[in-house]
Amino acid sequence: MPTKRIIACLDVKGGRVVKGVRFEGHADAGDPLDLTLRYRDEGADEIVIYDIAASAERRTLDYAWLSAVARKLDIPLCVAGGIRTVEQAVACLDHGADKVSINSPALERPDFINELADVAGTQCVVVGVDSRAEGGDWMTYQYSGDASTIRRTPRRTLDWIVETQQRGAGEIVLNCMDRDGTRDGYDIEQLAAARRVLTIPLIASGGAGNAVHFAQVFAGADVSGALAASIFHFRRVQISEVKAEVAKAGFEVRL
Amino acid sequence: MTTAVVKLGVGNTASVMFALERLGAPAILTDDAICIAEADRIILPGVGAAAHAMHLLQTKGLVELLTTFPRPLLGICLGQQLLYEDSEEGDAITLGRIPGRVTRLAATPEAPSPHMGWTRLKPDHDHPLLEGVASGAYAYFVHSYVCPTGEATVAIAEYGERFSALVARGNAFGCQFHPERSGPAGARILSNFLSLPC
Repeated sequence: MPTKRIIACLDVKGGRVVKGVRFEGHADAGDPLDLTLRYRDEGADEIVIYDIAASAERRTLDYAWLSAVARKLDIPLCVAGGIRTVEQAVACLDHGADKVSINSPALERPDFINELADVAGTQCVVVGVDSRAEGGDWMTYQYSGDASTIRRTPRRTLDWIVETQQRGAGEIVLNCMDRDGTRDGYDIEQLAAARRVLTIPLIASGGAGNAVHFAQVFAGADVSGALAASIFHFRRVQISEVKAEVAKAGFEVRL
Repeated sequence: MTTAVVKLGVGNTASVMFALERLGAPAILTDDAICIAEADRIILPGVGAAAHAMHLLQTKGLVELLTTFPRPLLGICLGQQLLYEDSEEGDAITLGRIPGRVTRLAATPEAPSPHMGWTRLKPDHDHPLLEGVASGAYAYFVHSYVCPTGEATVAIAEYGERFSALVARGNAFGCQFHPERSGPAGARILSNFLSLPC
């Protein structure tokens, strides 16, 4: 059985780690490099750094802090935020990222996924999807980094993730917005539905509140990894506790 | 004591350079054939697809050099796959330093492809590259093609199927995983490579 990944996400705004609830309102949670190394030491399997304001502000992320983090980090690093051209994605790799995650720009122009996969390889291409339940279905959202710019798209989530897989995505991070920041647990129903239509790895995002939630999402939705941000920032739970709980539930984790 | 890291195109070569920097190893990132030929050792990182990578190596005049380089050469990820004779990926003829054909990793419900994550290294036998690395240490993998097991296999990994995770034949070495992103175990394997006699 493949090892389940515990992924720590840092939402960055203005060079500081921030965390909000349901995409609205943000609180300061520290320095990106300090937190990255703390998570590495606590056993994180991967770090995602997400510049949450970049896409809404029509810019890309800051390469200076990317390099500063990548230079010190010896576990995988994925970056996200405002990456809308192949050149920008390549610049992220050139500054030390291992993977780039794209979200709103892929919805604006889906061919971007194909172009990026052709140049960098599917293994570098992560597609982030912000999704919310609506009328008995799940729909994708765009520009979710800021309450003033967020908007629903006409795309059904399950259709969109299959399309991104066909276009060359190597992994999907499905952020279930109804749960984001709530600490009520992952949206297992939605994630299980997504898992059934994908052959590439799926990462759960949104809703983690305690260590048991991680074990539940692996058991209930068979995702490859689970991502969390706020509960790690504010030390509500240690990554090592999460791993112990997931191992206790019978899944292999890197301890 | 210079290590040349082959700049092939787009990829996480910056991660490899940072890892060498953390080890205090002098290294240059280059696609210059003369510079690479004169290096004490070569690291060939993985970039994109096999056929495209071979095309780039041909364009840069590096195929002959990498095929005959007499000192230690380490292929990482796709770089390991290129050490084999050929690849199912784009039907590429590759460097041929290790016998065998690279094949596609089948996606299964239990093991989605690409294989992206931490998997244990299971040593086949003792080898200088594994000195100081615990048996069963985890390494970080990202790949959708796999190298067969055979005489060159130093360690295997299992994800859907068994494949070569660490290989050695003569002075050609390969890691299917990313040692630059595999924590202390990866750093030790890189450092062991850098300590191999030239």
